[in-house]
Amino acid sequence: MRAPGGPEVAVGDVLLAVENVSLSFGGVKAVSDVSFDIRKGEIRAIIGPNGAGKTSMLNVINGFYHPQQGRITFKGEARARMRPHEAASGGIARTFQNVALFRGMTALDNIMAGRTLKMHRNFFWQMLRYGPAMREEVEHRRRAEEIIDFLKIQEIRRVPVGRLPYGLQKRVELGRALAMEPELLLLDEPMAGMNLEEKEDMSRFVLDANDYYGTTIALIEHDMGVVMDLSDRVVVLDHGIKIADGAPAEVKSNQAVIDAYLGVAH
Amino acid sequence: MLYREAGQFKTNYASDHAVFPILQDRIGIFVILFIAFVVIPRTGNDFILNAVMIPFLIFALASIGLNLLTGYTGQLSLGTGAFMGVGAYACYKLTTIFPDVNIIIWIIVSGFFSAATGVVFGLPAVRIKGFYLAIATLAAQFFLEWCFTRIPWIYNYNVSAAIEVPQRELLGIIITGPRATAETRYYIVLALVVAMTWMASNIVHGRIGRTWMAVRDMDIAAELMGIRLLPTKLLAFAVSSFYCGVSGAMMVFLWYGGAESTVFNINQSFTILFMIIIGGLGSLLGSFLGAALIYILPIILRFVPPQFGLPVHAATVEHITFMVVGALIVLFLIAEPAGLARLWQIAKQKLRVWPFPY
Amino acid sequence: MGPLYQIFIDPFVQMGTAPDLFVQTLWEGMVGGMLYALIALGFVLIFKASGVFNFAQGIMVVFAALTLVGLYNIGVPAFLALGLTIAVMFGLAFAVERVVLRPLVNQPDIILFMATFGLTYFLIGAGEFVFGGDPKVMITEQLYLPKGAVTYKILGGIISVQKLDVAAAVIASVMVAGLAVFFSKTRIGRALRAVADSHAAALSVGISLEQIWVIVWFAAGLVALVTGIFWGARSDVSFALDVIALKALPVLILGGLTSIPGAIVGGLIIGIGEKMWEFYWGPLIGGGTDAWFAYVIALVFLLFKPQGLFGEKIIERV
Repeated sequence: MRAPGGPEVAVGDVLLAVENVSLSFGGVKAVSDVSFDIRKGEIRAIIGPNGAGKTSMLNVINGFYHPQQGRITFKGEARARMRPHEAASGGIARTFQNVALFRGMTALDNIMAGRTLKMHRNFFWQMLRYGPAMREEVEHRRRAEEIIDFLKIQEIRRVPVGRLPYGLQKRVELGRALAMEPELLLLDEPMAGMNLEEKEDMSRFVLDANDYYGTTIALIEHDMGVVMDLSDRVVVLDHGIKIADGAPAEVKSNQAVIDAYLGVAH
Repeated sequence: MLYREAGQFKTNYASDHAVFPILQDRIGIFVILFIAFVVIPRTGNDFILNAVMIPFLIFALASIGLNLLTGYTGQLSLGTGAFMGVGAYACYKLTTIFPDVNIIIWIIVSGFFSAATGVVFGLPAVRIKGFYLAIATLAAQFFLEWCFTRIPWIYNYNVSAAIEVPQRELLGIIITGPRATAETRYYIVLALVVAMTWMASNIVHGRIGRTWMAVRDMDIAAELMGIRLLPTKLLAFAVSSFYCGVSGAMMVFLWYGGAESTVFNINQSFTILFMIIIGGLGSLLGSFLGAALIYILPIILRFVPPQFGLPVHAATVEHITFMVVGALIVLFLIAEPAGLARLWQIAKQKLRVWPFPY
Repeated sequence: MGPLYQIFIDPFVQMGTAPDLFVQTLWEGMVGGMLYALIALGFVLIFKASGVFNFAQGIMVVFAALTLVGLYNIGVPAFLALGLTIAVMFGLAFAVERVVLRPLVNQPDIILFMATFGLTYFLIGAGEFVFGGDPKVMITEQLYLPKGAVTYKILGGIISVQKLDVAAAVIASVMVAGLAVFFSKTRIGRALRAVADSHAAALSVGISLEQIWVIVWFAAGLVALVTGIFWGARSDVSFALDVIALKALPVLILGGLTSIPGAIVGGLIIGIGEKMWEFYWGPLIGGGTDAWFAYVIALVFLLFKPQGLFGEKIIERV
């Protein structure tokens, strides 16, 4: 899969960095002076107890929330705030904690929606449909089908997503994100609400996306086992502050991290 | 048994992307078109054409327009009547200023005027949604309605503020004005509506349709795909108003033969909205079904009871229509929010397995 | 007189040189605004308690007035007709809760909003069907409401004030005060406030949502009846009022959907604003501008301050 527009970043270099980012809502400080980076090709986990500011962090990276302080550097370009469509065209894709699929559409249509940025035939051709617009549609259908094969959701491609069971919805959402051919994939609790078998499937997909497509992945996850197995590096947030950053084994034995999860006052 | 897709395999993506992939559906469409183009003009009398078919097609087109905006893109609009009016008055001015240009061209061009107006009044959609947007569209409705009566230039300074349609021809046949036959007007309306329905169908089945539905369903996720909300919403307003404008122009030029501004009032906006709610939001078929139900209902009420000896006042018909429509709206929203179109889908589903129950 | 002068200077000159006209226009605007405010009040009651944006509120005004006059016209004595109309409004509230609200309780707000469109049309049809569509005269005398006008000679000119309008202002104020007391002091009022805050929490303390909704729609119906009486007294009772009733929507935008004082302030601003605009600036552009002035104001608010002057800020969370 080709990478979307922007300067090429070599594997191992920093793809995205957040520096001294602080975010507050009214009087509530969601994120305080957090800095970490994500290297190209890695799987980075962001963990922490509830309310730690993990989803807010992702929202900042996406451009939904604008931090009061700090910068985001993506592919070498530093900005005070990201805008959602800049993030998208730069190659950042995302899944959401509460599945944010387009409920009125089928699974296939949702995945095809992920191809929107790559489809260029203008309104006039769309009106005619047969001809260049159809050719483009078919070309992207082919790509969408690759993803459908990858995620093994062939049978449900024509089912309206509102009717799918939760686990399959999450898979379709992953497919929609992958359809963007992202450089950086942000996954917000992809395993939430899944049983063991579903988690294993999803872990497999995440690893394969990283391996086969070379997608850099940042994921928020609560299940420690998943985090240990999947991630290359981990950053831990608690009450909006970064309390640890490093390899999974290091982080797991870090006393501050253990305290945070056990609720020890500090 | 009849309606099965067994054995109909698609061997390439192109054929899978056809709008009517099932053969029986394609035959059905062909039959409907045949009936529309051939059977009805032959067998129908002037009354059927004038009072039933022409207005039904015109309202169906307006319903498609509103459905594109409200059903597919999720932007609730109460300004439909006014946008139809813009098309009608634009056409009137164009043809009175340039009478030599073919009227059909002006009918289509007037759609563009309506589209431009739609874009301007759609700008608030960048900031507001839901019923707040509906109230903003009321501003469009009342302001434009005011323009239709208070800007004398628009109705060529006629004393009564009403407009009368001048006679126009195409290839020697009179198509507008008092001497145009119902049959001629029917063919033109039918041709335009079929063509524009085809285009609407193409648009909603492709990238733009998906973009609109994404904005409707979850605009935050849509932004994340790189879909820019403002251009998408404005395009929806533009296309929707185009359809409504053409419909309004046809209403005046190919049906009524004239108009006053009261034709394009808030009631008109509600009527079209009800058509798409009952017919099915987000469905082109639904636009036709809803237009049929709401338009034909009062006609049935007016003409069927006298057949059984029950006299009925025109005013009573209107009152009962209001009551029935109002009740139907509530009923459909409770029982089948996806409208008649969904009921039709369910019926087709049952046909698939007929004669077995499931 | 250049156009700049006509737009920016002349109207104020007119206001200054004929202060009696100015005050008269101001008063007319206030009266109209007060009636808008009453309609908006009905909206706010229902929205606060059930989250439903009741588009049919304006129609309820007409429906109530029509029922009252209709009953009188078939021979029912005035105050009995009043009592029966109150009963009808209660029945309406009950029916709406049963038939419309309960089945749609979990649907998105926009669906409920559209359901109130259906309700509006149904009430128009039913009202006209039962009582006939021709305009009717409000039974002001029979209800012992004052008639006639009082003229004051002040500010170098004459101001004429309808006694009915004064009565309307007084009764409306009493009603609003009464509602305020009801909400803060009584048990049911407290329950209503609880429901407005959170349906789930209210349920968990045992408040019956259905009962509350019937009460609230009935209260809105009573407000509609009072509004209908005074409005019908100023201009005849017919469904042409519904277009006027739609103007309550901009009032809500201005005042905020959840605020009773907002409805009043918004109503007065819109009422006075549109009268002033039409009287002093309207002639410059052809008149009849009160058809859209309120909506344009609402549009401006929607773009810059959508929660209105008194409403709660709307936050969207991802």
